[in-house]
Amino acid sequence: MELESWLVSTVARSLAFSTPLLWAALGEIYAERSGVVNLGVEGMMILGAIAGFMAAQTTGSPLLGIVAAASVGGLAGLLHAFIAITLRADQYVSGLALTILGLGLAGLVGRAYVGVPLSNPMQAVTVPGVTSLPVVGPALFTGQHLLTYAGLIVAVLLSVLLFTTRLGVVIRSAGESPAATDALGINVIKVRYLCVVFGGVMAGIAGAYLSLAYRPSWTEGMTAGMGWIALAIVIFAAWRPVRAIFAAFIFGACFHLAFRLQEVFPPEFLQMLPYLVTILSLTLIALGRGGRQAGAPAALGVPYTRGER
Amino acid sequence: MLKLGGWRLEPRPEPSRALVFAVSVGAVLAALFVTGLIFWAYGHNPVTAYRDIFVSTLGNFRGFAEVLRKTIPLLLAGVGLVLAFHAQFWNIGAEGQILAGAVAASGVALFVPVGAPWLLILMFAAGFLGGAVWGLLPALLKVRLGVSEIITTLMLNYVALYGVQYLIYGPWKGLSTRGMPISDTFVPAAWLPTLTGTRLHWPTLLLGVLLAGAVLFLLTKTTLGFETRVLGQSPKAARYAGINLGRTTALLVLVAAGAAGLAGVGEVAGLHHRLVEPAQLSLGYGYTAIIVALLARGNPLAVVLTALLLGWVSATGDVVRVTLRLPAEITGVISGLILLFLLASEPLLRYRWRRVGREAIPVPVTAPVQEGGR
Repeated sequence: MELESWLVSTVARSLAFSTPLLWAALGEIYAERSGVVNLGVEGMMILGAIAGFMAAQTTGSPLLGIVAAASVGGLAGLLHAFIAITLRADQYVSGLALTILGLGLAGLVGRAYVGVPLSNPMQAVTVPGVTSLPVVGPALFTGQHLLTYAGLIVAVLLSVLLFTTRLGVVIRSAGESPAATDALGINVIKVRYLCVVFGGVMAGIAGAYLSLAYRPSWTEGMTAGMGWIALAIVIFAAWRPVRAIFAAFIFGACFHLAFRLQEVFPPEFLQMLPYLVTILSLTLIALGRGGRQAGAPAALGVPYTRGER
Repeated sequence: MLKLGGWRLEPRPEPSRALVFAVSVGAVLAALFVTGLIFWAYGHNPVTAYRDIFVSTLGNFRGFAEVLRKTIPLLLAGVGLVLAFHAQFWNIGAEGQILAGAVAASGVALFVPVGAPWLLILMFAAGFLGGAVWGLLPALLKVRLGVSEIITTLMLNYVALYGVQYLIYGPWKGLSTRGMPISDTFVPAAWLPTLTGTRLHWPTLLLGVLLAGAVLFLLTKTTLGFETRVLGQSPKAARYAGINLGRTTALLVLVAAGAAGLAGVGEVAGLHHRLVEPAQLSLGYGYTAIIVALLARGNPLAVVLTALLLGWVSATGDVVRVTLRLPAEITGVISGLILLFLLASEPLLRYRWRRVGREAIPVPVTAPVQEGGR
């Protein structure tokens, strides 16, 4: 019985922790599927966290907070899109710049809000009807935030969109073979812009989850490298939205257990765990696929120029 | 290609050095201009704000010594990164390598009982090894399995961070620190000398400048350097030339990571004299060093200048906090903006505007000077 309740709460908290990772990873999957790497996830996420907190604190509405976070994340994504797609500059460096700038800006703007609790945080929600299910009911459907449930649904929807619709084909072909896509009369530049901005919106929402729901306050550097872990999840999930749910959950569990088991182990070792698991999982994937990164879009990270091959 | 009113945009052959320099300076000035707008938005006159900053950082000896002190870790780590980038290895892990170097040096200082000159020498050697060890795993994973070094080096930064925390909260926690999470103070033999009246541990600065020279020599005068340059320009050509890609890359990465480790030694031996919280130990130097290396465009001597520039940016953080009462995070904003403007200015180097239809007409070598035109 005690084991069951331990298991239930561990699964529930791991799921809660995996939520920001999932939202950010889903957005990045779309950006990368269209052929653009964005290493600025961490920066977009923290900008979303502070923008969401400021908007929610000023207006008293967590929903407006999410809207603000998504908008600011989208704007940050737009900046990356402009540099990476239009100016065709190095995408890796641009994303890095976005992360440095985002962390700096968020720290600057957020200074006035350090230590202030959010007056009207997002409330946890219990899904009616399914709580009576053994283990699964209390672990997955009780007392989670709306964004946690929404993340799971969005992941499935994004998977359907990516693999069964025309738009999904267009996005994937922009990342696999932009020249062929262009020849079919599809605007590769536009598709990539949309996907990168979408990635920013999703990262912004991921940040808002942290500052509005998970820990309703603003702390400097509160994303704690989660944006980078989201990038690892994308690879771990082989660029598939549904697999990202499980990948995010594994990483969420690592974070949670670090906190949970600190009585037994030095907490620092458990806090290292998610980062070490990331390295280990990338290694195992590489070992399994003979060195080639499975599922990576063929034109990932390569700027597209008409008439150049 | 784009046309506009009789002018056409066309690819530019190799841009001249002067142009590259001018464009880089322009990017930095643009970043400082936008920062000025931020000062203004916070209710400060940008002109007086910059005047205060310049006076405090460059207008007196002590201020400039602080700039130089902040330059040291950026110079060491930046020179290393130039080497890593030449080997097409995107090392985002200098931050962790700095911490690893600091831990190794602290271990020597705390537990190895040797005398005055040898202790410091041993600390620097250990720091170099510590940094290199931290770079070893990503290097092997990249060379052997093709695992992205961007993620692995970055993840190891956090592992190093928590490793340092474990040590100062656990086994290395000082006996005489009243519960503070710091190690015991090093014996005086482990302290680097500083310039009188400042915190500038000049031997580390000297080491950085020498290292920049050594890397220049390595890249231009040695076989390894030749292989590196071939590798950087075309891995395919390198393979045909019989260059062992894996070995060359791994070697360069180890040296690069070791250089970052030296930066960590400088911070503990020259400044803190004990192992401290990771956030105090390296103020994001490992990340800023990436900008230093990129701004230098692969030239190890240019790193001396770009490290000085970013060292100045870091030093402004303290001034901004005290005189303008703005958070020191502004330095991150300036660094990020410099990098963004640098990227945004790339097309200026790659393309140029040309008048349409003038290809057939021979362009006069010297422009006709009009009477009284000057």
